[in-house]
Amino acid sequence: MTAHNASDLPRISDRLAKNALRNVSERIIEAILFAAAAVSVLTTIGIVYVLVSESIHFFAQVSIVDFLTDTQWTPLFDDAHFGIMVLVSGTLVSSFVALAVAIPMGTIIAIYLSEFANPKVREIAKPVLELLGGIPTIVFGYFALLIVTPVLQKIFPELPGFSLLSAGLVMGIMIVPYVASLSEDAMRAVPMSLREGAFAMGSTRLYTALHVVVPAAFSGLAASYILGISRAVGETMILAVAAGMQPNLTWNPMEPAATITSYIVQVALGDLPHGSIGYQTIFAAGLTLLLITLCFNILGQWLRRKFRENY
Amino acid sequence: MQPLTTEQIRAVIARGKAKDAIFQAVGILCLAIGLLVIFLLVGDMVIRGAARLNLDFFTQFASRRAAQAGILSAWVGSLLVMLVTACAAVPLGVAAGLYLEEYAKRNLVTEIIEINITNLAAVPSIVYGLLALGIFVYAFGFGQSILTAGLTLALLILPIVIVATREAIRAIPGMIREGSMAVGATRWQTCRYHIIPYAMPGILTGVIIGLARAIGETAPIITIGALTFIAFLPPLPFTETTEGSAGLFEWLMSPFTVMPIQIFNWTSRPDPAFEVNAAAAGFVLMAMVLTMNGLAIWLRYRMRKNIKW
Repeated sequence: MTAHNASDLPRISDRLAKNALRNVSERIIEAILFAAAAVSVLTTIGIVYVLVSESIHFFAQVSIVDFLTDTQWTPLFDDAHFGIMVLVSGTLVSSFVALAVAIPMGTIIAIYLSEFANPKVREIAKPVLELLGGIPTIVFGYFALLIVTPVLQKIFPELPGFSLLSAGLVMGIMIVPYVASLSEDAMRAVPMSLREGAFAMGSTRLYTALHVVVPAAFSGLAASYILGISRAVGETMILAVAAGMQPNLTWNPMEPAATITSYIVQVALGDLPHGSIGYQTIFAAGLTLLLITLCFNILGQWLRRKFRENY
Repeated sequence: MQPLTTEQIRAVIARGKAKDAIFQAVGILCLAIGLLVIFLLVGDMVIRGAARLNLDFFTQFASRRAAQAGILSAWVGSLLVMLVTACAAVPLGVAAGLYLEEYAKRNLVTEIIEINITNLAAVPSIVYGLLALGIFVYAFGFGQSILTAGLTLALLILPIVIVATREAIRAIPGMIREGSMAVGATRWQTCRYHIIPYAMPGILTGVIIGLARAIGETAPIITIGALTFIAFLPPLPFTETTEGSAGLFEWLMSPFTVMPIQIFNWTSRPDPAFEVNAAAAGFVLMAMVLTMNGLAIWLRYRMRKNIKW
C-alpha cells in the first residue's frame, strides 16, 4: 500500500506542475484579451492626440478669436482668412434640413410600427429600414445630385445645381432608419399596463400613443434624435457630392456651401504637403467637428438622465 | 356640463377612429417613401448604367474616355481592403467582446472601456480618416496603402463587432459555463470550446454588417489621401515587378482605389458621359452592400428560429 502510494506521488506532482502552467497560460490569455479591449481606448486617445497636436500648430499661427469670428474661409489663398463659422453655417443648415425630414418621419414610422402595425408588417418593415440604413453614403450622394436636384429644380427653378437643400433632404432620408429603429425600441419597452390603462379609460390608439407612450419613452426618443444629429453633422459624402464645395457663409438652404466635412474632403483630394498650414487646417476643422458632436452627445446623455422613467 | 347624447358620443368615437385611420395612412406613407427611395435608386442606376453593365466593365481599368473605363482596380482594391479590415477587426473585436463579457470585473477600468466604445460609435467617420492620416500615414509611415485603409476601416467597425459579440455572448445561458467548469475546464477552455462556437452566428452577423458598412465608406479613405486614378493592380505575391520580385505581403503597401472613391470620382466630373459609369459602378456597390446586409438579416432570422437552449 505504502509502496503503491509512493510510486503515485511523482505523477501527482507532475499534474500539479502542469496545472501551474495552465494557470500561467490562462493569465497570458486574459492579458491578451484585455489588450484587445484596450485598443478602443487607444483609438480615442489617438484621435484626441492627433487632432489636438496638429491644432496646436495651427493656433500658433492663427488666433482663436479670428478663427471664431472671421467671416471668410480662404485658407489656401495668399490673403488667407480662417473663419470657421463659414463652414459651421453650412454644416448647421444642412443638418437642420436633414433633421426637419428625419425627426418627423422617423417618429411617425416608429409610432406606427410600435403602436399600430401588426407583427407581420413589422417583421417586413424593420429589415427594409435596415437595408435603407445600409446604403453607402456615396450612393446617396449620387441620388441627391442626379435625381433629387433635377426634381427640385422643376419645383424651384432658381435652385442651383449644387445646394444644401437637396443634400440635406437626402441626408434626412438616410437618417430616418436610425431614428425610427431606436425610437421604436424605446416605445416597445414601455410596459403594456400603461397602454391598457389608457384604453380602459376610453382613449383611442392615437391618443394613447401621443399622450401615454411617447411621454413615457421620451428619454429613448431624445437619444435617437441626438444620434440623428450626430450623423447629420458628421455626414460627408452626400454634401461633398451634392452641396458644392465652395465656402459660403449663408443660412439659406437654397445656396451651395461647404461644410466642415466637405472641406476636409476637398483638401484631402488635393496634394497638400505634410506640415503646411493648409494641412493643419483640416485637423482644426476636425477638432471643431468632434467638439460639436461631443456637445450633442453630452446633451443627449443629460436628456436621457433627466427624462428617464422607471416602471 | 351637459351629459352627451348617444349621437354625440357616437360622433366622438367616430372622430377618434378617423384620426387613428388617418395616422395609420400617414405611417404607411412614410414607410413607403423609404421603400420608394430604395427602388428609385436601384432602378435609376440599372436604367442609366445598363449600357455599361457588362463583363468588360469589370475587367478594364479606369480611363479618361468614359466608354472604355472600367472598375477592375476599384473592385480588387475594395476586396483587398476588406480582407485587411476583416483580419484586423474580427480577432480584435471578438477578443474585446469576450473580455468584457467573460473576464472583466466590474471596476473603473471596465466602465471606462464601455463608455469609450459607446462614444466611438458616435464619432464621425471622417475623424477616423484624420486619425489615420496623422498616425498610420505619417507617424507609422505606412503611406497611402491598402494596409492603412484596411486598418482605418477596422477601427471604424470595431465598435459594431464588439457590440454584436457581446450581445451574442450574453444570450448564452449561464448553465453552459457552469457545466463546462464543473468538469474542470478553465475559463479559456470554456470560452474556446463553448462560448465562441455558440456565439458564432451572432458574431458573424455583426461582422457582415460591419464589413457592409466599411465597403461603402468613402470619407476616411479619401482623407488618408487615396489616389483616384489607378490603372494597375497591386502586385501578386511572388511575381516579378519593376522593383524585383514581390514578397508575400508586398500588396499591402501598394497604392489603391476602392469602389466608393471610383464612384465619387466619376460623379464629380462635369462630363455627363461619366454619369453612366457612376450609375453602373453604384449599382455594383449597392448590389454588394445589399447582399451582405440581406445575408446578415437572414442569418439572424435563422438563428432566432433555430436556437432552443
